[in-house]
Amino acid sequence: MIDLSINGLPVSVPEGTTILDAARFADIPIPTLCHHPKLTPYGGCRLCIVDVKGINRPVTSCTTPVAAGMEVTTTSPTIEKLRKTILELILSDHPNDCMVCEKAGDCTLQELAYFYGIRENRLDGERRVYAKKDDNPFIERNMEKCILCGKCVRICDEVQGVGAIDIAYRGFNAKVCPPFEKNLDCEFCGQCVSVCPTGALTGKAWGQRGRQKDIKEIETICPYCGCGCSITLHVRRNEVIRVSSREDTLNEGWLCPKGRFGYSFINNAARLKTPLIREEGQLKEATWDEALDFIADRLGKVKAKYGADSIAGLSSARCTNEENYLFQKFMRAAVGTNNVDHCARL
Amino acid sequence: MTNSIPEIENNDVIFVIGSNTTETHPIIGLRMKKAVRKGAKIIVADPRKINLVRFSTVWMQHRPGTDVALLNGMMHVVLQEQLVDKGFVKEWTEGFDTFRKSLADYSPEKVEKITGVPKKDIVSAALLYGKAKRPAIYYTMGITQHAHGTQNVFAIANLALMTGNLGRESTGVNPLRGQNNVQGATDMGCIPNQYPGYQRVDLPSIRAKFETAWDAKLSDKPGLTATEMMNAAMEDKVKALYIMGENPVMSDPDTHHTVKALKNLDFLVVQDIFMTETAQLADVVLPSACFAEKDGTFTNTERRVQRVKKALNPPGKAREDSAIILELSRRMGYDMKYNLIEEVLREIGGLWPAVAGITYGRIEKWGLQWPCPTLDHPGTPYLFKGGFPRGKASFTPVSYEPSKELPDKEYPFILTTGRQLFQYHTGSMTRKVKELNIVAPEAYVEINPADAERLKIADGDTVRVTSRRGSIDLKALVSERPSEGLVFIPFHYREAAANILTNPQLDPVCKIPELKVCAVKIETGHGGQ
Amino acid sequence: MKTDLVVRVCMGTGGIAAGGAEVMDAFKKHLRSKGVTARIEKNCTMHKVGCRGLCARDVLVDIVVNDSKTTYQFIKPAMVERIIDEHVINGKPVEEWTVPEDYHLFHNKQVKVVLSDCGSVDPEDIESYLNVKGYDALKQVVTTMSPAETIGVIRQSGLRGRGGAGFPTGTKWEICSKETSEHKYIICNADEGDPGAFMDRSVIEGNPHAVIEGMIIGAYSIGADAGYVYIRAEYPLAVERLKNALKEARKHKFLGKGILGTNFNFDIKIKLGAGAFVCGEETALIASIEGQRGMPRAKPPFPVYKGLWGKPTVINNVETLANVPYIIRKGAEWYSSFGTEKSKGTKVFALTGKIRNSGLIEVPMGIPLREIIYDIGGGIENDKAFKAVQTGGPSGGCIPSHLLDIKVDFESLASVGSIVGSGGMVVLDEGDCMVNIAKFFLQFTQSESCGKCVPCRIGTKRLLEILERITSGKGREGDIELLEDLARDIKATSLCGLGQTAPNPILSTIRYFRDEYEAHITKKKCPAGVCRDLLSYVILAEICKGCGACKKVCPAGAISGEKKQPHTIDADICVRCGACFEACKFRAIGKG
Repeated sequence: MIDLSINGLPVSVPEGTTILDAARFADIPIPTLCHHPKLTPYGGCRLCIVDVKGINRPVTSCTTPVAAGMEVTTTSPTIEKLRKTILELILSDHPNDCMVCEKAGDCTLQELAYFYGIRENRLDGERRVYAKKDDNPFIERNMEKCILCGKCVRICDEVQGVGAIDIAYRGFNAKVCPPFEKNLDCEFCGQCVSVCPTGALTGKAWGQRGRQKDIKEIETICPYCGCGCSITLHVRRNEVIRVSSREDTLNEGWLCPKGRFGYSFINNAARLKTPLIREEGQLKEATWDEALDFIADRLGKVKAKYGADSIAGLSSARCTNEENYLFQKFMRAAVGTNNVDHCARL
Repeated sequence: MTNSIPEIENNDVIFVIGSNTTETHPIIGLRMKKAVRKGAKIIVADPRKINLVRFSTVWMQHRPGTDVALLNGMMHVVLQEQLVDKGFVKEWTEGFDTFRKSLADYSPEKVEKITGVPKKDIVSAALLYGKAKRPAIYYTMGITQHAHGTQNVFAIANLALMTGNLGRESTGVNPLRGQNNVQGATDMGCIPNQYPGYQRVDLPSIRAKFETAWDAKLSDKPGLTATEMMNAAMEDKVKALYIMGENPVMSDPDTHHTVKALKNLDFLVVQDIFMTETAQLADVVLPSACFAEKDGTFTNTERRVQRVKKALNPPGKAREDSAIILELSRRMGYDMKYNLIEEVLREIGGLWPAVAGITYGRIEKWGLQWPCPTLDHPGTPYLFKGGFPRGKASFTPVSYEPSKELPDKEYPFILTTGRQLFQYHTGSMTRKVKELNIVAPEAYVEINPADAERLKIADGDTVRVTSRRGSIDLKALVSERPSEGLVFIPFHYREAAANILTNPQLDPVCKIPELKVCAVKIETGHGGQ
Repeated sequence: MKTDLVVRVCMGTGGIAAGGAEVMDAFKKHLRSKGVTARIEKNCTMHKVGCRGLCARDVLVDIVVNDSKTTYQFIKPAMVERIIDEHVINGKPVEEWTVPEDYHLFHNKQVKVVLSDCGSVDPEDIESYLNVKGYDALKQVVTTMSPAETIGVIRQSGLRGRGGAGFPTGTKWEICSKETSEHKYIICNADEGDPGAFMDRSVIEGNPHAVIEGMIIGAYSIGADAGYVYIRAEYPLAVERLKNALKEARKHKFLGKGILGTNFNFDIKIKLGAGAFVCGEETALIASIEGQRGMPRAKPPFPVYKGLWGKPTVINNVETLANVPYIIRKGAEWYSSFGTEKSKGTKVFALTGKIRNSGLIEVPMGIPLREIIYDIGGGIENDKAFKAVQTGGPSGGCIPSHLLDIKVDFESLASVGSIVGSGGMVVLDEGDCMVNIAKFFLQFTQSESCGKCVPCRIGTKRLLEILERITSGKGREGDIELLEDLARDIKATSLCGLGQTAPNPILSTIRYFRDEYEAHITKKKCPAGVCRDLLSYVILAEICKGCGACKKVCPAGAISGEKKQPHTIDADICVRCGACFEACKFRAIGKG
């Protein structure tokens, strides 16, 4: 363990810990835009600068490992002034259209602008203007809002192992894009969207469907493969408008294209909404009473005539444990047969 | 899985056989990539050049259906190189001597001839796995969906046992379950020969326990598996079928046969969220709630019981499956009474101690992995720590048998089926998601460029694929992924349902159909539509 | 007649551009046709040499007859025949073409270590280098010295990195030598990118083997098994000579397995840079070699601990490495006898701008700047007044005339807000606008920023925008203070050296030429008459002869007037191109 002090507070952390992590461990806040705990430290946004006694310039806490006896100061008028300049610079090249931005209320940049009270900007100047031309169905890429924190680039490379995007061009024109600025052509896992601190990357399907205020968030489990990823359903007016995942989950916040973007079947108009009974070859609408009585009656007759083993039931890997339990209990105890299975083999 | 998902990143060798992990289990795929970043080596055995090959150290492109030979070949090398964990074998296993002799026939030279995998790759894969400290094997339907699927699984178990690679953290054998709650459905006894918790229906003492708990007389006769039900329906032995949330028309092999069987029933009930291909044949269709509209639990591939929460009301008159079953049961004279859905889980815990310690309160944030017998039990991340439930694990000698339907003059290609990243299973959910269907709009048959050239097929041409059971028309995707002589079709698309072609031949033990190998021919000039 | 004849033709990039290859061909042709070649056979050698400094006078040719050397300047192929006839055959040098006295002045105050063999050895022939004790240092090191002893000599010599930062080379090697690792690397940074700098290119073009020898000695010292030369693809001649030199060095067992019969293995690969200035920054350079986008990463960890492919790596500049063989051969004391207490040895500079003798020079550290400008450089072109020297390129600052007596070394230059840097030295005269100069460098750094960190990517853009508005007459009250404030914040917060030093040209020009900034902002005037938007041209009626020359050249049709009558310029139409000013023979056009 390494002993150091942060803002005069003694802190003890394992060797190799960065100053930022040590500070967070001690519950001392340091602002960042480009840091992500699961990704390689980047040191691009420069907001996490701190003073270290004996070093004549501020260092980025996200990249600097702690050392024994280090004396760190995370906030001072000088440091805060520098952070404010950095934010002013970022905002001077940002659309600042929070009132219509999908990300408002959930945007790290907006949050920091608020805390640093930046409204007028002495550093106003040219802004990047990009034409949108991406025609993939999932990811909205609004690169004018990109602050080049590089999280999307790193996550695509380091976590997803795909490397579909990188930074191209230099200087003020530096830009995150797919090779040769072609359309995004990737696995569409949306991991990049999940880590974007601004409104540069959002889900196309989320557009104008509701922001923070009247959204309910419900934690549940993904309905697709067997990984068992935790997902958060964002619900507004009895409709799922977005899916995300928290970092502190089994799946560490990562999802696949189905899990992240494949939810619109829930509110699909073709959902079955009423029981149906076949009459003269046609399925006709019925009430629950009619349908259930009809089933009870027919199953009863089949059982009476051919025996319980002439009835079989298929349960579902898409249903809950409780439902599966009830189904097999129903087949075994109410119908009286062990003819119950599901699609485990298919 | 004997291990859990977070343990993957600490594997030092990952052996993936018959699993296109990054497409079928993308998030598990991410853990594997993370392991690679941390220094792990990946061995891939797959007839197709799946995405994971990019991250692998050794890739064995074996012919479909030759897994037993390949695995036996690796074990032959393990034996020769003296990489057997003698202590483990002695303490925890039985039948090693007979088993050892069974490997004599599988020299890498001979296995190369059967599988098409170069000898040196078999040797290096065996050495990598055999010398690893924390290796794990991962497989899915590429191993099991064969007429000899059980044999394949035995071979995998043998490999892990002889090297002592079971029962430790990040070390084990891990079948990846393909559907969100397929583990749970099995755990819950939705299988014809076992009650919840893998308790056999034909053991009187167990039956008595359930009869008391459920207050009902129970049958002692093991029931029929899903595929057997279809055959029984054809033979008039099954007259009524109740299907809750399944779509056998799309998922079962030999679609024509399945449809015929379902039509032959006296009475078919389908309870689902959409008018599926199967529901269209039903006498009664019941609208049910989807996952977002109900409370309960799912059990994922690593035995983790996780909380599912209701976020929405179901559309129209649709109801939760549980409510439907309870109401129907009541009307059939068997009244099950629960005030809360959690009471069901409590009842299960009373009958199956492995989940007795799991409550909704405990899994509010993070799920728990069974066995979790008591309220203060932390769950079990990996199985077989310090021994096997039945005492000693036995080696089961297995010998290579060719698949049931091999290519011949008339049907010269091997067809294998599976999933792709953007669609899911029979498509009843994903085919309803607009965005997914923009990137993955239609069925295709992957064919090797050399085959395509020989048949004068260009990428995007419509071709007809025909097996002894039927034909489908679909687009050709000329790709280096399959080897020559092999074609691949995803089974998500009703317009060109791969299961019209597949072979309903079953594994004699577990009754799984041979979906991964059948013989087909490919023709051009039918013009599609 | 027994004659020894050596013809050396300057064929660095400058020499070739001036026609060096054609001059060389002319010598070959005429020496043969006149029978000289046949007559003296082996004693006639002709070879190309690298830059000997005074590029402004290329093509330079040395004729050495019986050890007596005569240097000719501005030679064209057509002049060759006469030189052969009169000088080579008849023994009388063509006086009117030989270099004048100031050519020798140019050389007299220089001390050449790195450049000592540049201009005399044939860069494409290893024998030529071997003849001047080339690779003797390597032999001495690998056969008689331990790595620690070698590092000791370099430490004692006081050699500091010539790439700009001036970190002690011996210390860097020592740290790396103490790291244990399966592999270690040494990288030669030849990604010379400062505008107007050509030191590294000239050294590689003129004497590539010295760099290679230095690298091998470095590799031996730190225990590296592989090396890279990261060189700009825009230096084709240097790359070609380097490739050839590596091939020859391998043939002589200076590179490869079992170097000089020892068990020391080392080889060098060339990696071409794609022209990104930031790749001269060591961590960006490493990323580039690894195949990544050339973007710097935060230090620590420093490359000596975790560099290329995560392994301990020493990165030295071309000039640093080229010093090494000479230090080993002649001793640490000899080397440290040049220079000042803290800045030892010599430094190569590329002297450019408004200077009479522009070219490549090597001077002892601590030489007064005045001597460089007036003695070596020969003063300002066209006898204009000296205004300032910009040292250290876009990372450096300017030194005004009242500081002309400053000593040129790491510490002194830093004390006045500039740096030695890699050795660019751009001389400015009274006709240069300092705001415009700052703008020029900011344009460069802004477009070369990699875009990774905010202050450099957006901050330099904003600095540039403020400078642009000042030079276009839209400067605002408070702009100077805003520039200073933002510049300081950028320096404090940028990730790498590029951003940390990019504001230096602004800060140093404000420091010494604040009045020029003020004139631009408050009076809307450019005192040097450079910033076009602030200029106005008027015809002085009393001088104008009405010749019409100005009217003829005006591209905007802004000038009107009858023949032989004073003309006038319509300021609303005038585009301030200055064509009339240049065209007027009577100086009748006023600019200001």
